Amino acid sequence: MEMNQYLEVFIEESKEHLQSCNEQLLELEKNPDDIKIVNEIFRSAHTLKGMSATMGYEDLASLTHQMENVLDAIRNQKIKVNAEILDVVFLAVDDLEAMVQSIAEGGDGKRDVSIAVDKLMLIEKGESPALSKGRAETAAAIYEPQGLVKSTYDDFEWTVIQQSKEQGFETYEISIALRADCLLKAARVFMVFEVLEKSGEVIKATPSVELLEEEQFDQEFSVTIVTQETPEVLRQKLLKVSEVDRIDVLEVSIGDYISREAVKEEGTLQPEMEEKTDRASDMPKDEKKTPAAKNVSNKTIRVNIERLDILMNLFEELVIDRGRLEQISKELNNQELHETVEHMTRISGDLQNIILNMRMVPIETVFNRFPRMVRQLARDLNKKINLEIVGADTELDRTVIDEIGDPLVHLIRNALDHGVETPEVRKANGKGEEGNVILKAYHSGNHVFIEIEDDGAGINKDKVIKKAINNGIITEQTASTLTDKQAYELIFASGFSTADKISDVSGRGVGLDVVKNTIESLGGSVSIDSKVGQGSIFSIQLPLTLSIISVMLVEIEKEKYAIPLSSIIETAIIRKEDVLSAHNQKVIDFRGKVVPLLSLKEIFEVPSDNHEDEFISVVIVRKGDKMAGLVVDSFIGQQEVVLKSLGNYLTSVFAISGATILGDGQVALIVDCNALIK
Amino acid sequence: MSETTADLKLIVFQLKDKEYAIPVNQVRSIEKVEHITRVPQTVGFVKGVINLRGVVTPIISLRSRFNLKEAEYNEHSRVIIAVLNDMEVGLIVDSANDVIDVAPESIEPPPDVIGSEEADFIKGVTKIEKRLFILIDLKKVLNPEELTAQDEKGLAG
Repeated sequence: MEMNQYLEVFIEESKEHLQSCNEQLLELEKNPDDIKIVNEIFRSAHTLKGMSATMGYEDLASLTHQMENVLDAIRNQKIKVNAEILDVVFLAVDDLEAMVQSIAEGGDGKRDVSIAVDKLMLIEKGESPALSKGRAETAAAIYEPQGLVKSTYDDFEWTVIQQSKEQGFETYEISIALRADCLLKAARVFMVFEVLEKSGEVIKATPSVELLEEEQFDQEFSVTIVTQETPEVLRQKLLKVSEVDRIDVLEVSIGDYISREAVKEEGTLQPEMEEKTDRASDMPKDEKKTPAAKNVSNKTIRVNIERLDILMNLFEELVIDRGRLEQISKELNNQELHETVEHMTRISGDLQNIILNMRMVPIETVFNRFPRMVRQLARDLNKKINLEIVGADTELDRTVIDEIGDPLVHLIRNALDHGVETPEVRKANGKGEEGNVILKAYHSGNHVFIEIEDDGAGINKDKVIKKAINNGIITEQTASTLTDKQAYELIFASGFSTADKISDVSGRGVGLDVVKNTIESLGGSVSIDSKVGQGSIFSIQLPLTLSIISVMLVEIEKEKYAIPLSSIIETAIIRKEDVLSAHNQKVIDFRGKVVPLLSLKEIFEVPSDNHEDEFISVVIVRKGDKMAGLVVDSFIGQQEVVLKSLGNYLTSVFAISGATILGDGQVALIVDCNALIK
Repeated sequence: MSETTADLKLIVFQLKDKEYAIPVNQVRSIEKVEHITRVPQTVGFVKGVINLRGVVTPIISLRSRFNLKEAEYNEHSRVIIAVLNDMEVGLIVDSANDVIDVAPESIEPPPDVIGSEEADFIKGVTKIEKRLFILIDLKKVLNPEELTAQDEKGLAG
């Protein structure tokens, strides 16, 4: 079916709208009286409803519809926002997310949503019986398009209607229903407006003109027009627009206004009612503002990551050819060729930056699911927690973003469960009832740092050590020599759990070692800082990108190897007689520490002619606190290289983590220092 | 396969004095032998990796794989980039210069008397006029299990 081509767009946009629902709901929980936020959610829900109905996902549409009703009641101040209501709305959003997920995975998006629907209906009815009248109104708007006048007019509009009447113009509200298979709705809307504007003056459109132009409506919209034509003529004219399914013309009379006034009078029993009308009239203005602002910020297109990968690969080939050209131009020594090549080098350098930046995604995409999670967890754990997110716009390579989500979830759960205390305990310790968790991301040098900070109980070193001894992770002897930091690191050991009781929130000690492994596999590291009674900071250091790394190129006989700068402490040239021997292991004294020497020539079995130099070039590398000196023949220099895998055939080569292609087109292997140090 | 009646296209290459063949759909391209970067601590027949238009591709020597005597590379030496599942591997051969069409039914199982070590990697033989072509079994040639015959050494505490 031809709808397929819209499916991807539908899924992407649905996800965006659901995300925005989530964010705004959290916002609403903080400011329950802010009607603007409700409007925001309402708009997302409404668009979602429209889109899913168009795409034929009925369950999705019906649940959104029910949610919309509740939101409508909230914004008309018939229901007061409270945690229970939000819980139900969140539940509904979860259901929606699950359905969209199912559609994205090729499913039919069907799901039993009756629980959520029932709950939403209960809220609608149960919480506020005064609601029924307003309900009938909204229901009419959706189910019975032929009903009475359904647009609400503000006083100004009524004045216009009244004055037109006095001058012999009639006011009609025309409902136009487009055919369900209409694909260019905006175009039809435009044609309808063109017809109407020739016949009279359009004074109102529901939804607003902006929304109509963005196709943010289902199949129906209504237009109020002041005209001298008869309803039948208007009908005939409009039916000439193709793909229009049905036209209903209703006369708007002053009588409606008066009866409405009467409703208002009745409503004075509840002073909110009056406010409601005002709110309703404020609404369209708000709506006009936001879409305009949105248009400015949304100057982006979606590109499949695979295409970027292809672009990157093509570009890498270009870089290699560029290297060759440079070499040739040097040999030929032609001035013009020289200049051209130089220019090309500069341009391709810029190009490289742009391509790399395109792969960068703000970490927001990972962070934005945490507020929801923290809220839920806090409720489950009966704790009060305020999550603060700093630096959500920090950018990271797509590949890192994809991997970092789960470790962060673990760490945040950990902070909430084991870090922040219950309100009672906090009070007793002289802290505010509400615990603070700060999630912070920032760039520093070639790395991105992510910190999770809580002001909870902190890590109890003695408890950690006791547990570690009990679990057989360390012996009592080593325990006494541990520094604070080393003790904290123990919680990353597998088979560890310090919580007095196991909760289903954060694991059974299986979680944190996985976190550490994942982060290390990304080329990063994680460390802990903690003060008892004041809280802990988990700090993650990650490389900016996984595809480009800085390396030190070294030469061993005629072979070139690349050593990642992230593992290098420094390079040194030492005299041969400074090499000492301990237990058959060559060592050197490096700044007061004994560092074992490893000959890369031996490890990599480089064919050599065994000549001995008086000086030895050593690269000092580290893994955690351990160090080793790698003996090489000479240093070539530092370079940014593109990391490549050795392919699916050579999957596990000892001490080689990958390869890269050098400027001359040759392949250099990248040394995996972590494998060399045990 | 749908092409049972259609002719099978084979790429022909030489090793020592014999002619071998590999189906054309298993071959991505044929390259000249250029700089090969040795990969340490791998089995003998893995010669290293090359830069194949931006993709790092492992290279094995078929002579060594078939336990034949290694030869110096010359201007006839070629690397056949073979594809099996999602693996891309280059095979070094003495020369590759022919494409033949054979009827699938003309391929016979390998005769028992073929003798040498490479028998393990042979899928069948086919004869055209006076030439005998040995069809190799890529799956067995690229068996990844034979790559892990390595021990670790040279570690520092």
